[in-house]
Amino acid sequence: MTANAWLQLALYMGVLLALVKPLGGFMARVYEGEPHLLARWVGPLERFCYRLLGVDATEEMTWQRYAMALLLFSGCGFLAVYLLQRTQGMLPLNPAGMAAVPPAVAFNTAVSFVSNTNWQAYGGEATLSYLTQALGLTVQNFVSAATGMAVLVALARGISRHETAKLGSFWTDLVRGTLYILLPLSTVLALLLVSQGVVQSLEPYQTATLLEAAGPDSARVTTQVLPMGPAASQIAIKQLGTNGGGFFNVNSAHPFENPTPFSNFLQLLSILLIPAALCYTFGQLVRDTRQGWTLLAAMTVVFTALLLPTVLAEQAGSPPILAAGVDQAAGPLQAGGNMEGKEVRFGVTSSALWAIATTAASNGSVNAMHDSFSPLGGLFPMWLMQLGEIIYGGVGSGLYGMLLFAIVTVFIAGLMVGRTPEYLGKKIEAYEMKMASLAILIPNLLVLICTAVAVSTASGRASVFNPGPHGFSEILYAFSSMANNNGSAFGGLGAGTTFYAVLGGVAMWLGRFWVLIPTLAVAGSLARKKRVPVGSGTLPTHTPLFVVLLIGTIVLVGALTHLPGLALGPIVEHLQLFAR
Amino acid sequence: MRTLLRPALVALLVLSLITGVVYPAAITGVSAVLFPREAGGSRLLAGDTLLGSALIGQGFTEPGYFWSRPSATGPVAYNGAVSGGSNLGPSNPALHEAIAARVAALRAADPGRTDPVPVDLVTASGSGLDPHITPAAAAYQVPRVSRARGVSEDSVRTLVAGSTEGRQFGVLGEPRVNVLRLNLALDGLTPAP
Repeated sequence: MTANAWLQLALYMGVLLALVKPLGGFMARVYEGEPHLLARWVGPLERFCYRLLGVDATEEMTWQRYAMALLLFSGCGFLAVYLLQRTQGMLPLNPAGMAAVPPAVAFNTAVSFVSNTNWQAYGGEATLSYLTQALGLTVQNFVSAATGMAVLVALARGISRHETAKLGSFWTDLVRGTLYILLPLSTVLALLLVSQGVVQSLEPYQTATLLEAAGPDSARVTTQVLPMGPAASQIAIKQLGTNGGGFFNVNSAHPFENPTPFSNFLQLLSILLIPAALCYTFGQLVRDTRQGWTLLAAMTVVFTALLLPTVLAEQAGSPPILAAGVDQAAGPLQAGGNMEGKEVRFGVTSSALWAIATTAASNGSVNAMHDSFSPLGGLFPMWLMQLGEIIYGGVGSGLYGMLLFAIVTVFIAGLMVGRTPEYLGKKIEAYEMKMASLAILIPNLLVLICTAVAVSTASGRASVFNPGPHGFSEILYAFSSMANNNGSAFGGLGAGTTFYAVLGGVAMWLGRFWVLIPTLAVAGSLARKKRVPVGSGTLPTHTPLFVVLLIGTIVLVGALTHLPGLALGPIVEHLQLFAR
Repeated sequence: MRTLLRPALVALLVLSLITGVVYPAAITGVSAVLFPREAGGSRLLAGDTLLGSALIGQGFTEPGYFWSRPSATGPVAYNGAVSGGSNLGPSNPALHEAIAARVAALRAADPGRTDPVPVDLVTASGSGLDPHITPAAAAYQVPRVSRARGVSEDSVRTLVAGSTEGRQFGVLGEPRVNVLRLNLALDGLTPAP
């Protein structure tokens, strides 16, 4: 790794961690309904929303009612996005004249955005109207993120409260998360991105005259289309809400979506900003900030441990390309490395960092084509998704997934010493363990079963683009991404077919809601329990020892489940490529 | 359940209005005032003619122009209507063949060269619209361009330096040369080949 690579990575981690406490503390005040900076300006709008909804902001819900409200709201969102895509040809704000999206792709896309996955079975600039992008996708980018944060807050309340059935109101958590957290941050980020050159315009696509005509003489092309659109406003929230669905087909590799190294830095920061800061918010909500820092430490250790080998793998280059007479070495005039599918302005360092951040969080946006990464450079992002999107993870969903692992960890530790396990003053019993196991096992099962179905059916194999083990990696990556609500892809896979659109849509739906509902059930169960005082048999959950135990549990589950699959894909490919 | 359905529907409508209409419209409006050039795609104009965007690359094959990176967009390279990468995997023989063919094409346009070719010049970018090449890829092409144009290598190098950007704030990203700007500057030096 070059000196500049170390500097860029250190700067990124430094800025990210420095923002955890201020933003995390602010978010805690928002969800607790305490006075804060924005309450004066946005407060009237918040109260007006409740009046329109016809709800009492102070009326709290049981976990079942909370879950039902959430499911109804998500169901309405799904229908809205689906219908918008099917009717966009007849609706306004469609200057490029996009036709209705086919049913299977529309279904997949609707599930994808409602479940905060943002898997793209479509190409943005060639499929969707401005109206669908803004009113369908941008809206879900906000509310699916706010939904994830709401569930986390409900779980935190379940832990901190005792002997009650109430977890708060889904409506207030949804509205507050959207109005006070996501909207202000997106506004600032969108304007910063426009200043860097991200387009934000309702004009139709522009046509430029090429300096040198392209194509063969029989089909001379003398012009180039410059796509336009309200991109910056959508890109800001797709990064902040760990959504990841790009405005353009190639996402943040597109120069209009991510034009400069600074826009890249801002977007990278936005991927992990809220998920990391929520650790501090959680600490505040359970009135013990050490607990939040402990979880953040475990995440940061795993993140760093997988980031460095990815950068190294991308910088290393490949023997067949060297043999073709190509200079892949880093020097004063070039960063070198594996540049297939990467942009010059980002080079290998920023591209590898993005790949790890976007798969650690369930973001799924890309600034380089993961399909063309080196075998090991593709392995670590894939494994980060398979761990369950809990290394920072999705907004809200990452931390509630991590908390389920913390519950499993105290349970395992309890078994080792023969004590009843406790977490943050609550006894962990059979019911919590069943729910936590369900939430952890379901995405893993989905990945393995869907991959097995795809490789054993002709329609699954027909979409594969690259030959050999890499083709298997494409399928494994696809379902790792969808079942864990990431959304990034090995893009060579033809994911627009009915097979992948439907199977993937089902995987995304189950991967989101079959994790979220058990989590709320745990929250409801913990809230009802009495608080147990800390005793000599209590395992402290704010120590380096607990960080080690927690990481051990995560790695054990992730490695046992997925090493066989990874061995058949990227590991075989690596051996083939470097054994020559 | 009926008591939850109304808030669910109304919440979706209200939040759609705020985040799907007011928010993008406000960002569009403020951008048009604060950053009109950037919001409109950083257009390069000659009078009323739109020459392209400073951010979107164009393809070049003439020896007298600097060549951009290979582009995987179809049906022609640098098709702004559909962005895309090659998605070729690292072990795919098609990738290795494509790279060997690009090396051969660069050497055919510049006979006698056997030195290694900078990697970005023979690999397809992620977007297929990469406006940049590395300073190494520009330096590699200086002898060919200067011969084809009949101008000294030093004057070409001066133009390259003028189109080169360093790391942003000295730290972020990688140094790069904007190919379209550079070729427009070349046409200002001598008539187009």
